[in-house]
Amino acid sequence: MITKSYSLFLKDIKSELRTRYAINALVMFILVAISVILFSIGNEKIQPELTAGLYWVVIFFSAMSGLSRAFVSEEEKGTTLTLQLIASPDTIFSGKLLFNLILTFFINVIITLIYAAFFEGFVINNFVLFLVTFIFGNIGLAISSTIIASIIAKAGSKGTLYPVLSFPVLLPLILTCVQLTIFCFDGTSFANALYELAIVVSYDGIMITVSYLLFDFIWKE
Amino acid sequence: MNSYSLEIKNLSKNFGRRLIFQNINYSISSNTVLGISGNNGSGKSTFMKIIAGVLSPNKGQIVHLLNGIKITGDELFNHIGFVSPYLILYEEFSAEENLKIFSKIRGIKYDSEYIRMLFGKMNLYNRRKDIVKTYSSGMKQRLKYVFALMHKPGLLLLDEPTSNLDSEGKDSVYTILDEYSKNHIVIIASNEEQDLRMCGDIIYLENYK
Amino acid sequence: MYWKIFLFVLMAFVSIAGITFPIVDKPSVWYEFPFIPGLGENAKIIFFHVPTAWLTVIAFLMSCIYGFRYLKNKNLNDDVKAYVANQLGIIFCILATVTGAVWAKFAWGAFWSWDPRQTSIFALLLIYGAWFALRSSIESEEKRATLSSVYSIIAFVTVPFFIFIMPRIMTGLHPGSADDETSGPIVNFKMNENMLLIFFLSLIAFTILYFWMWNIGYKSILIKEKLQKNIEVVRDSIFNG
Repeated sequence: MITKSYSLFLKDIKSELRTRYAINALVMFILVAISVILFSIGNEKIQPELTAGLYWVVIFFSAMSGLSRAFVSEEEKGTTLTLQLIASPDTIFSGKLLFNLILTFFINVIITLIYAAFFEGFVINNFVLFLVTFIFGNIGLAISSTIIASIIAKAGSKGTLYPVLSFPVLLPLILTCVQLTIFCFDGTSFANALYELAIVVSYDGIMITVSYLLFDFIWKE
Repeated sequence: MNSYSLEIKNLSKNFGRRLIFQNINYSISSNTVLGISGNNGSGKSTFMKIIAGVLSPNKGQIVHLLNGIKITGDELFNHIGFVSPYLILYEEFSAEENLKIFSKIRGIKYDSEYIRMLFGKMNLYNRRKDIVKTYSSGMKQRLKYVFALMHKPGLLLLDEPTSNLDSEGKDSVYTILDEYSKNHIVIIASNEEQDLRMCGDIIYLENYK
Repeated sequence: MYWKIFLFVLMAFVSIAGITFPIVDKPSVWYEFPFIPGLGENAKIIFFHVPTAWLTVIAFLMSCIYGFRYLKNKNLNDDVKAYVANQLGIIFCILATVTGAVWAKFAWGAFWSWDPRQTSIFALLLIYGAWFALRSSIESEEKRATLSSVYSIIAFVTVPFFIFIMPRIMTGLHPGSADDETSGPIVNFKMNENMLLIFFLSLIAFTILYFWMWNIGYKSILIKEKLQKNIEVVRDSIFNG
C-alpha cells in the first residue's frame, strides 16, 4: 500500500508542478500575512506570548489556504471517480496525507525562517523541544487538515467553510503548540514540557486513527 | 481460465427519501453481456456505480466472485473496468502518462505490449503522447476504453458506451466487446438500439420501482 | 400525561426555590441557603447555568451517537435525530454562554476572561456553528447526513483534549476549579443539603425538558416529511387523472 500511496503522491506533485499556481500563491500568501503583522507591530517590542501566538496564527491560516487543494482539486477536475476506480480509500488517504505533510513542512519551514529573521522575540532557547514541537505539531495539523479537506471537497464548497470547520478541531492542538513555543522561548527544560508534548502526540495518534476509520464513509458516497 | 461471477441480491437504492429502484435480484457469470435500460433518471448510472462499488446501496448486496472466491471491497477496484461520459482522466497529463500513473497507483505492471495493442485498436496510437486536454470528446471516450481494459478486469461496466463516438469508433468498440465478452462479464447501460443488440439479457429498471 | 404535570411542578418548584430562597450566614430552616464567600447571591445561578451547560454536552454527545448510528445503518431518521439534538444543543450552548457571561460580569468584573470553562463552551459553540454551516452548504440529503455525521465524530474526539490542556494554559476562575482556593470541588463547594437537592432537581428537570423537546422536535420533522410525501402522491394522482 505504501508504494501505491507514494505513486499517488508523486502524481499530485507532478500535477502541482505542471499547474504550479497553487505553490506560488501559497508562498505569496505567507509573505503577505507576515508583512501585515510586521507593519502592524511597527517598532513595538512584543511579548514572547504574543510572538508565539502570531507564529501559529500565520501557520494556521497558511495551512487553511493551501491544504484543501489535495482533495478539492480532484473534485474540481472531476477526477474523483477515476481515483475511486484505481485505488482503495486507504491508499488515497495515505497519498493525500503524504502530500499535505510535505506541503505543511515546506510552508512552515518558510514561516519559521522568516520569523527567526524578522521577529526580535523569536529566539529559541530550547532547540530540541522546538524541533519536536514543530514535527509533531505539523503532523497533527496535516492530519486534521486532510480529513477536513476531504469533507469540504465532498460538500462542494471550497473557500470559507474550510477554516470554519478546521478551527474547532485544530484548536486544542494549536493552543498546546503555542504553549510549547512559549516554553521554547523561555528555555523551559524538555522534562517540564513532557505533559504538553504528550498531548500533541496523543492528538496526532487519535486524529490519524479516526481519520482512517471515517475516510471510507466520506469517500464512498 | 479465470471465471468471474456476479450476484446481485435484493438491491435497493434511495436518494434521500426518493426510491430509485428496489429488490433487484440477478446473477451472471463470465461470457455474458447484460444490458441495463431505462428512461433518463431511472438510475442506470446509479446502478453502474453501485456495481462498481463507488456508491453504497441502501439495501441488499453485491457479491463479486473470482474463481468462486469472494473479492473483498478493498480489492474490488482492480477487477473492474469502467467507461462512462462522466469519467474524467487527468487532463494535464498525456494519455500514456495517465496510464502509467494509473498502473503504478493500482500496483500492477505496465504492460506496454498490451497497451500498445489497445491504443492501436482505439486508433489513438499516434496521439498517445499528447496532453489529454487537447483531445476531442470522442478521443477522450476512446482513451477511457484503454483505461478500462489496461488491467484486464473480469467485469467491464459501460455506461453509455458509444456516446461521443463516430461510427468508426463505435465499430471498434463493438469489435473489442465481442472479443472481450467471451471470457468476461460486460454490463452495458444504454438506451441505444445498437448497444442493446449486443446484450444477451436486458434489465429494465422501470420494472423495479 | 402525568409526567408532564410532574415536570411542570418540578420546573416551577426549582425556579421558585432557586430564585427566592434566602441566603443566610447560618441556615437554620430547610429553605435557607448557606452564604458562600465571594459568591453571595450570585451562587443562585448554579441552578440554571449549570443545567444549560450540562445539556449542551448531552446534546453534543447525542448528535455524535446518532451520527455514528447513521453511518452504520444509513437511516435518515437518525440524521433527523442528530439534527434536532444539535438544534437544541446550540440553543442551550448560547444560553449557557450568556448566563455565564452575565454572571461573570458581577462575580469577576468582566463578561469574558478566557477562563478554561469559558474557552471550552466557546469551542463547543464554534463546533455547533461549524456543524450547521457545513449542513447548509450541502444540497443532497444523504451527503449532508454522512458528512455532518463524520464531522460530529471528528469534533467529538477533539473535545476531551480541552479538559487536559485548559488548566495548564490559563488560570481557572470558576468556583470549584483548581486555582480557586476559596472553595472545594465543584458540586460540594459548601453547598448544604437543600442546595444540593435543588441543584440536582434542577438538573433532572432540565434533562427531562430537553428529552421532551428533542422528542417533539424530531417527530414533527418526520411527520412533516411524511405529509409532504403524501401531498406529492395525491398531486401526482390528480395530474395523472
